[in-house]
Amino acid sequence: MITCPIFFCAYIKAMAKIRYIEHNGKEHLVEVQNGLTVMEGAVQNDIPGIDADCGGSMSCATCHVYVKEDWYDKLPKKDMGEDDMLDQAYEPNSKSRLSCQIMVSDDLEGLSVYMPEKQV
Amino acid sequence: MIKTDVVIIGAGPTGLFCAHQLGIIGLKCEIVDNLDKLGGQCIELYPDKPIYDIPAVPECTGEELTNNLIKQIKPFKFNFHLNDRVQELTNKDDNWIVTTTSGKKFQTPNVVIAGGVGSFEPRKFPTKSAEKFDGTSVLYSIKDKTIFKDKSVAIFGGGDSALDWAIELSNSSKVSLIHRRDEFRGAPASVKKIKELSKKSIINLFTKYSIKDVKGNGTLEEIEIKSEEGESKTIKADYVLGFFGLIMQLGPIADWGLNLDKKTIPVNTENFETNKKGIFAIGDICTYPGKLKLILSGFHEGALAARGCFKYARPNEKYRFEFTTASSTIKNRLGLK
Ligand SMILES: Cc1cc2nc3c(=O)[nH]c(=O)nc-3n(C[C@H](O)[C@H](O)[C@H](O)COP(=O)(O)OP(=O)(O)OC[C@H]3O[C@@H](n4cnc5c(N)ncnc54)[C@H](O)[C@@H]3O)c2cc1C
Ligand code: FES
Repeated sequence: MITCPIFFCAYIKAMAKIRYIEHNGKEHLVEVQNGLTVMEGAVQNDIPGIDADCGGSMSCATCHVYVKEDWYDKLPKKDMGEDDMLDQAYEPNSKSRLSCQIMVSDDLEGLSVYMPEKQV
Repeated sequence: MIKTDVVIIGAGPTGLFCAHQLGIIGLKCEIVDNLDKLGGQCIELYPDKPIYDIPAVPECTGEELTNNLIKQIKPFKFNFHLNDRVQELTNKDDNWIVTTTSGKKFQTPNVVIAGGVGSFEPRKFPTKSAEKFDGTSVLYSIKDKTIFKDKSVAIFGGGDSALDWAIELSNSSKVSLIHRRDEFRGAPASVKKIKELSKKSIINLFTKYSIKDVKGNGTLEEIEIKSEEGESKTIKADYVLGFFGLIMQLGPIADWGLNLDKKTIPVNTENFETNKKGIFAIGDICTYPGKLKLILSGFHEGALAARGCFKYARPNEKYRFEFTTASSTIKNRLGLK
């Protein structure tokens, strides 16, 4: 929550803090605007480890991340086709998601995503 | 050695339209693509999806766009070299020598790289041990299916290629099909067939497993697969086939001494030339301030790069601007009266 300097009213700054953890353990904590995807959050902040070759059109599987158990169940469910694309990702498991398919909202405040060893 | 005015690397929408522009201004070109078909991402990734932002075409699918682009360049009778990848670019006097994986060689003053996000290549097994059998007993496509007769074949994947080959090879080989989850993305009829064959023990089906190790001394003997819980199983295998779809890899383009910015090639926006004289980059693979990865931008870039090529292909001529509606020379090139 931030107070507006002109009218002194409170308005919501629509951002969520997302933690991106590289395969080597290096963490990046960034604020990502609501409405962007977790993939876009990484790309816009130059966080390595997410390639996103197809620009978010769910056709490359190079934006693959692992989501920890507790968060995995809280995220909006996968759409049709995401699992099919994940079949083609590098070392997918049952906690895999395509980060271009996770839309950032207030509910995602504090989400951590783990990058695979590589994307291709 | 094939001599030509321009070699275009990549037959996506951008490469195809650039060929058109070259034809219009009277230059010859040869087009090379690693895929077995024309159309790049449009045909490989979304043939059935409608596109809504092609100027003056309110709606068309990736396949329709491709077919129309092919039709548009038909009058020029350019040669396509499919299933072949450009591997090397070397400089010779004022020309470039372009060499492909299959050994074809071109001599040309101009190379237009319209390589998208790179060439489409099969995604390989993540296991290091699979590498030493790559191309001999670990395969990602099938050229000659007779080699599998009476052998044990382990097939990985859940799409149509994996299912179709599992069904087909089960006639004359001992097939195991391994997939990382219970659902398959292949056609429902194939999924049904696989389940039947598995029930009759004609195919060994392992779901929720992935590869762990590939073993053998010189020749492949067995593979180890693992479940997510860490349980592992050993399967006898003479061949391992992986069908995980295609990924785009920059590949050899990175080795040609061009300036690179992440996976893209910086160009000037006057004629889309790179840091090397006579090498142009257009479409998704090029970058400049304001670049949009859209098909329409690729078309514009191709038109300007074609004029850039003219200068080196016809050093003694002056390029003359003409409209297709008005020029009889252009109409001749298009085979019109
Ligand atoms: C699902 C999806 C939806 C899209 N929707 C739209 C849309 O609505 N509107 C829009 O404008 N854009 C859209 N795009 C983007 C559009 O498809 C791309 O911008 C366009 O395909 C880029 O064209 P290109 O010719 O530059 O490259 P590509 O289409 O990627 O083609 C490049 C070709 O070069 C080949 N190649 C690369 N390196 C080599 C080599 N060394 N040797 C031989 N061949 C090589 C590759 O195999 C490939 O066939 C979409 C993309 C996707 C994935
Ligand atoms: S960016 Fe390509 S699938 Fe997510």
